[in-house]
Amino acid sequence: MDEQVRKAVLGAVPSLRAFAISLCGNVDRADDLVQETLLRALANIDSFQPGTNMSAWLFTILRNHFRSEYRKRRREVEDSDGHYAEKLKSQPAQIGQVEFREFREALAQLPPDQREALVLVGASGFSYEEAANICGCAVGTIKSRVNRARTRLAELLGVESTEEFGPDQTTRAVLVGGE
Amino acid sequence: MNERKPLGRKPMESATTNRGKKADAKPAKLSREVQARLGQQLRAMYDDVVNQGVPDRFTELLNRINGTGSKDRP
Repeated sequence: MDEQVRKAVLGAVPSLRAFAISLCGNVDRADDLVQETLLRALANIDSFQPGTNMSAWLFTILRNHFRSEYRKRRREVEDSDGHYAEKLKSQPAQIGQVEFREFREALAQLPPDQREALVLVGASGFSYEEAANICGCAVGTIKSRVNRARTRLAELLGVESTEEFGPDQTTRAVLVGGE
Repeated sequence: MNERKPLGRKPMESATTNRGKKADAKPAKLSREVQARLGQQLRAMYDDVVNQGVPDRFTELLNRINGTGSKDRP
């Protein structure tokens, strides 16, 4: 393996993990997802175009892999109580820092399309165009998903103004179930 | 609308309107302050993971692949 490729791949790992955790809500599963992504990427390294964004390429692989796995699992096991948000609540320790638990729970209640768009643009630092490429949709679609995600998050966290979003206040926000 | 109104609650009118519709039918515009706070929280949560760096299993994985060729899978 080219040393440059190796460095670029390793360099993307921390952010890939953060993205994977935000997608699936489980650190162990997320690390498996990252591992599977790296294996796929390296097996297909010839299809990577040198000079293009390695990180975006890896994010695309991870995102598509997660989507197809997720669909497969849903077909195999119809876990009625396995809703992502419910799982999160039952295993908060896996998520790590307690301080982010409430935010993660709110994030978990967003539709997957909105969640990935928000994370890619708002945290991973991709442009709307890059996020649209990663998700295989139009730029306008990403923009509207990000907007809807923000609005819904604000609702879920009970935030209508900054005054209500202090560190002490957020804990009393009521998580609204359903749509 | 009154999105910059420094009150915690939405004006009555918009709260009622929103309740009747799907939450995502037409997203209300959030104030910049709220957007900024949500963005901060999101990045803090994300960066918390990023700052953990590269776990050993991934460094080892790449070393292993390097030794055996990229076609191999465990």
